[in-house]
Amino acid sequence: MSAHVTDKPLLTVEHLTMRFGGLVAIDDVSFQALDREITAIIGPNGAGKTTVFNCLTGFYKPTVGRLTLHHPSKGDFLLERMEGFDIPQHARVARTFQNIRLFPAMSVLENLIVAQHNDLMRASGYTFYGLIGLKGYKRAEERAVDRARHWLDRIGLTKQADWNAGNLSYGDQRRLEIARAMCTQPVLLCLDEPAAGLNPRESADLNKLLLAIREDEGIGVLLIEHHMDVVMGISDHIVVLDYGRKISDGTPEFVRNDTAVIRAYLGEEEEEELPPEVAKDLKPN
Amino acid sequence: MAVLAEAKPVAGRLDPALLLKEAGAIAGIVFALTIALVGLRTKDVPGGLDIVTRFSDVFAATIVAFCGRLGLILLREGRALPVLLVSLPFALALMALLLYVQLWAPHAGLGHYLPFDSTVVNWCLAIFALILAGRAAWSLWHAASTKSAKEREQTMDRVAVGVQKAATLLGPLLLAFAIVLPFLPFADRRILDIAILVATYIMLGWGLNIVVGLAGLLDLGYVAFYAVGAYSYALLATHFGVSFWICLPFAGIMAAFAGILLGFPVLRLRGDYLAIVTLGFGEMVRIILLNWYKFTNGPDGISGIPRPSFFGLPFTANPPEGTQSFHDFFGLEYAPIDRIIFLYYLILALGLVTNLFTLRIRKLPVGRAWEALREDETACRSLGINPRNTKLTAFAIGAMFGGFGGSFFATRQGFISPESFTFIESAIILAVVVLGGMGSQIGVVFAAILLIGLPEFFRELQQYRMLAFGAAMVTIMIWRPSGLLAHREPTIRLFPKEAARASRK
Repeated sequence: MSAHVTDKPLLTVEHLTMRFGGLVAIDDVSFQALDREITAIIGPNGAGKTTVFNCLTGFYKPTVGRLTLHHPSKGDFLLERMEGFDIPQHARVARTFQNIRLFPAMSVLENLIVAQHNDLMRASGYTFYGLIGLKGYKRAEERAVDRARHWLDRIGLTKQADWNAGNLSYGDQRRLEIARAMCTQPVLLCLDEPAAGLNPRESADLNKLLLAIREDEGIGVLLIEHHMDVVMGISDHIVVLDYGRKISDGTPEFVRNDTAVIRAYLGEEEEEELPPEVAKDLKPN
Repeated sequence: MAVLAEAKPVAGRLDPALLLKEAGAIAGIVFALTIALVGLRTKDVPGGLDIVTRFSDVFAATIVAFCGRLGLILLREGRALPVLLVSLPFALALMALLLYVQLWAPHAGLGHYLPFDSTVVNWCLAIFALILAGRAAWSLWHAASTKSAKEREQTMDRVAVGVQKAATLLGPLLLAFAIVLPFLPFADRRILDIAILVATYIMLGWGLNIVVGLAGLLDLGYVAFYAVGAYSYALLATHFGVSFWICLPFAGIMAAFAGILLGFPVLRLRGDYLAIVTLGFGEMVRIILLNWYKFTNGPDGISGIPRPSFFGLPFTANPPEGTQSFHDFFGLEYAPIDRIIFLYYLILALGLVTNLFTLRIRKLPVGRAWEALREDETACRSLGINPRNTKLTAFAIGAMFGGFGGSFFATRQGFISPESFTFIESAIILAVVVLGGMGSQIGVVFAAILLIGLPEFFRELQQYRMLAFGAAMVTIMIWRPSGLLAHREPTIRLFPKEAARASRK
């Protein structure tokens, strides 16, 4: 990714609304994410965080709203109008999943090669050149293996490259999924709870990896996370959702002290709202 | 397993009442099942139907079930010795008696001592007794008499890996054998016909393997493409006199189009739903062939389909004026078997093309995308793989090979009718793929030999063939649900040398 600096934000979400029948999962949410920044989306369970991801990556078509991705070299893409499988290929938005979705019966290396499908497909002349064994495809495949190797080195799974992905430990699978997303050469990487189920040490490694991706690749990272140490430790910018609405948006320090956020997470101080007779009953204790 | 582990320490004293109760329960079930099904039989007699009773068989079955269960319980409780002492002599005695009665004294009164009337059932009984004896001997040999299912699966996996590694050696050997087969002394017309049939199913199995094994799309209507290929060739050849070699690619293309036609409506379906729609598609094609009388000649079928020629040289004794036939051209004596040998090589070549194509395409992006699609469609979408195109190519390419197989079928038979394209054909091809291990090329070969070759050899046992077929499927599903040789070798390795070293160990 070039170190192209533009004044336009990488991702602009405007008035995003998603309704499922009568249920409003996301209600008029707007925010921005910049490249070379980690933007975290946090909020209690059911706040609509994953739905935002699903809209961004084409799994859902938003009911209302505009999602503009500003690609540094290709220009603007309106994600809400694109087919799901075109978004990673053209707009270069990659994602991981809350429940890991690797290809378990395929090897670790194959997982990373499949991620480069579209480039390889073109190089293999949509299979025809590949079938007759032209040199061009061989070279493209070698390049793909090099890229996979690069990411295996970075996540420390080089030795396990020929294992079945399903045989890796949970933490390794999480990292492999991130590497697989990175092999699609994204400009925006969307991570859905990457630290879920990791032990503190793995979680710290993950932080390092994400910071390194931000520094070295110069891409934007969008992060859904419940682990506050991860979120507060590495985010440059935090968006807080609650019941599908954005309730806060700013730097970690700002969000940490925002009363709306505290209320959403810890609840309001409800003592005064108790009916007088209940309060009276509670008092002797 | 936990129950077994707890039962072991008290193996010292067995409660005979419990033992008898369990074995008796099984015997009771067998009795209840067989009393009406086996015990009573209607028979045509002059003046109507009569009921014949065969209660001796029912009692024999009940006693066999009781003893067999007792043996299994004793095995489970770690008392293998008595089981071995009873079952082995029984099996050997029964086999000796059977052989004696069958081979030397078919009319002697000894036959009355056999437990069942039917020879096949007696043989089954002998084999079961032998298996029981084998298990007992095995558990005497090894202290641990029971293996957990997981351990068994791992052992089988190791075997599969071993066979797959051997397959790199075995494959060329099998191929060499297949190539010289027509010239071996025992290769008569019958053997070659069976070989052609087996090779046809191997080819179809490899074709279906693309759809089911690689792309993971359960297709129960594969015979539809076989039919499209057969009718494409038959109609083109009989109406326009086009030669086999020109028709072959055309039949493949027609079948591929049929594959795309089927693919479009089922793009969003998975698993069971997909299976049902493909099943319906297979039936639709057959019913269209049956009822579109003007086009397909309906149930009468198409006859007089031209036989294939050796690059224009026909295999006939008396070629028409002004043309040469195969034996004239090469100065050979005319032999009708030449045509069979040619057909054999034809299907062998078609099968090899299918195999090479599959092996090759597995290592190309589209092949990897098929496998990824089988693993997780959602993840594929998130990586920019177009599931629609990927599925359609799998359907089209799988169907294309079905079409090739179909035109071969048409030229071999010389006559086709919708009768040949019933659901059972799809089921057999699918069984070949599933039994062999989804996605495994060599597994398909073994499964086709097992499922098609052996039953053909044992044609005399007509009525029991399907029974054995069913039994084989059930056994496989219990012992190895993922198929005989389901080990998957990665399409690309980062450390190929290490893998080679590991396999040499």
